[in-house]
Amino acid sequence: MSKVKELPGEAVVTAAGAPSIVNSSRAYLERVRGGDMGALPAVFGLLVLCTAFAVARPSFLTAINFANLFTQGAAITVIAMGLVFVLLLGEIDLSAGFTSGVCAAVLAVTLTEMGLPWYVAVLAAIVSGLIIGTMLGTLVAKVGIPSFVVTLAAFLAFQGLALVLVNEGTNISINDPVIKAIAQKNLPPALGWGLYAACVAAYALVQLVRARKRARRGLVAEPLSLIAGRVGALAVVAGVAVYVLNLERSFNPELASLTGVPIVVPVILALLVLWTFVLGRTAFGRHLYAVGGNAEAARRAGIAVDRIRISAFVICSSMAAVGGIIAASRASSVDPNTGGSSVLLYAVGAAVIGGTSLFGGKGRVLDAILGGAVIAVIDNGMGLMQYGSSVKYLVTGFVLLLAAGVDALARKRAAATGLR
Amino acid sequence: MTPLLEVRGIDKSFGPVQVLHDVTFSAYAGEVTALVGDNGAGKSTLVKCVGGIHPIDAGEIVFDGRPVQVHGPRDAGELGIEIVYQDLALCDNLDIVQNMFLGRERKSGLVLDEATMEELAGQTLEGLSVRTVKSIRQRVSSLSGGQRQTVAIAKAVLWDSKVVILDEPTAALGVAQTAQVLELVRRLADKGLAVVLISHNMNDVFAVSDRIAALYLGRMAAQVRTADVTHAQIVELITSGRSGDLGLKNGTAP
Repeated sequence: MSKVKELPGEAVVTAAGAPSIVNSSRAYLERVRGGDMGALPAVFGLLVLCTAFAVARPSFLTAINFANLFTQGAAITVIAMGLVFVLLLGEIDLSAGFTSGVCAAVLAVTLTEMGLPWYVAVLAAIVSGLIIGTMLGTLVAKVGIPSFVVTLAAFLAFQGLALVLVNEGTNISINDPVIKAIAQKNLPPALGWGLYAACVAAYALVQLVRARKRARRGLVAEPLSLIAGRVGALAVVAGVAVYVLNLERSFNPELASLTGVPIVVPVILALLVLWTFVLGRTAFGRHLYAVGGNAEAARRAGIAVDRIRISAFVICSSMAAVGGIIAASRASSVDPNTGGSSVLLYAVGAAVIGGTSLFGGKGRVLDAILGGAVIAVIDNGMGLMQYGSSVKYLVTGFVLLLAAGVDALARKRAAATGLR
Repeated sequence: MTPLLEVRGIDKSFGPVQVLHDVTFSAYAGEVTALVGDNGAGKSTLVKCVGGIHPIDAGEIVFDGRPVQVHGPRDAGELGIEIVYQDLALCDNLDIVQNMFLGRERKSGLVLDEATMEELAGQTLEGLSVRTVKSIRQRVSSLSGGQRQTVAIAKAVLWDSKVVILDEPTAALGVAQTAQVLELVRRLADKGLAVVLISHNMNDVFAVSDRIAALYLGRMAAQVRTADVTHAQIVELITSGRSGDLGLKNGTAP
C-alpha cells in the first residue's frame, strides 16, 4: 500500500498561503460568494425572525417562551436529523412522520397496555424504527423502487398501522415518569452549568488537539485565533441560553419552581455529537457523502452502495422513532395523529432550511438543528401573535420554498463560478 | 525484454457478436503503449477484460511472467492494474484527498486518519510533479478538466500500481491541459510503470508513446514501435487493418 516513490521535490501541494485568520476568512467568503453558503441563510433567518417577533410580541423573549421553543421543536428536529442521512443520498423519506407515529404507538402499547418498564418500551420503539428503515431501504436499494414512491406508500400504510396499534382511534395516555420527563422536566440548574462547561471544554479540546496534530506533521492547521473565535462564540451563545433557561419561569414559584435546561436539550446534543462524528470522522460517513455525490464513482471505488442506501434509511427511521418518543413524552399520550399532519413537512423543511441539499451530497446534522430552530420560532412566534394555523402554514410553506430556492440558486451560482 | 502485462489470444463475445478475435497485446514496464483503433474496434472491451469487468471467453492474461485470473476489478487492483476511465469516477462533493482514498480510507481504529491520507496524497501528487492545484483539500468540483484528470491519475498510482490504463484522458481537454496530462503520462512511464494509453488523437499518440497497438474490427492489426512507423501508416492500420507489409498478423512486438 505504498505510493509511488516521489522525486526529492519541493513542497508544492500545500494550501494557499500561511494559515492565518485573514486567509481563513477570505477562503470562507470566497466559498459563500461561490454559492456554498452552508448554514448562513438559516442563521440569518433565525436572527431576523427572532428580532421581528421580539419587537411585535415582547412575550416572545420571556424565559418560559424560550424554554417552550426547545420542547416544541425537539421532535421535529430529531426527525430532521435522521432525514439528513436520506437527503444526503438524494433520496427522500416521506413516511418519517408516520414512522415516528407508529413507533410512538409501539411505545405507548408496550408501556401502558402491556405494563412493561420504560426502557423495554423505548427499545421496542427504536427496534420498530430499525425494522421499518430496513424494509424501506431494501425496497429502494435492492428492488429499485424510487424512494418517493416507496415512502409515499409507507406514508399511507403507516397511518393505518398507527390506527391499528391504538385501537382505531382511541388515545393511549403515557404515565411513566421517566418517559414524561424527557420533554417535560428540566435539569437542575447546577447540572446545566456543569454540562455547559463540559461541552465547551470538550469542543475546545477537540479543536486544539486536531490543530496541534496537523501542525506537528507539517500539514496546514487552522490558526489558533480562528479556533479561539469559534470556541468563544459557542461559549457565549450557549452560556446565554443556559443562563436564561436557568431563570425562574414559573408564574407561581412558591407553588412549583420551574427552572433549568429541558432534558431534551442534552438528548439532542448527544445525538448531534454522535451523528456528526459518524458523518465526519468515519469511513461510513465518507461513503455516504460519496454515494450522494456520485453513486457510480462510489461503486467503482468498491463501496457497497446498496448497503449504504439501506443504512441511511435505517438511521432515518430510527431517528424518527426517537422523535416519536419525544413527541409522546411531550403530549403524555399517543393518538393516531401523532407524527401526522405537518410533522413530516416541517422536518424536511428543517433539514432543507438548515442547508441540506435536496440534490444529495451536501448536508450536516447541525443543519437539521438550525432549520428546526427556524421552524420552531415561526410556529411559536405566529402562535404568540395569535395567527391561526392558516397563516402558520402559509408562512412555513413560504420559508421552505425560500430555502429550497436558495439551495437551487446556490447550485446554479456554484456552477457559474466553477465551484461545482 | 518480457512484457509486464500480456494478453494472449483473447476472444470475447457479447451474445452472437464477437467483439474480440484472438487478440494479443503487450505492455512493457517503463513504456507508454498506445492502444488505437476506430470506434467499435474493441479498445474499451479489451481494457475491460484486463480490468476484470468483462470475463474473457478464451485466451489468457499473463502478468509479470505468470498467467493470472482476473475475475473482478478487485483482482485487477490487487495485481496492480488500475484503470482510469473516461468519465473519471470522481465525487464532486469531496475534496482531492477524499477522492484519492475513496473506498480505501486509512483509519486509526474507527476514526479516519485524515493526516496520514493528506500526507500520502500530497506526496503522490508531488512525486508526479503536479503543481497546478492550489490545495489538496479543495473540492473536486472546483477543479478544471485537466486537474480532474490529474487527480484521477494520481488516484490510480497511489496504490502501488504497476500498470495504469488511461481511457482517452485528453478527449475533453484544451490544448494546454492536454499537454499537462501528456507530460504526466510520460512521467508515469519514466517512473517504471507500464502505461497503456487509449487515444483517438494521433498527435497525442506520437507525442508520448513508445509502442502503438492498432485494433481493427476486434483483431490486433499490428503492434509496433512508434519510432518505426509514420503517422500515415497508423491511420491506415486503423482504417483498413493493413499498411504495406504491416497489419493483420496478430502482433507481438517486433
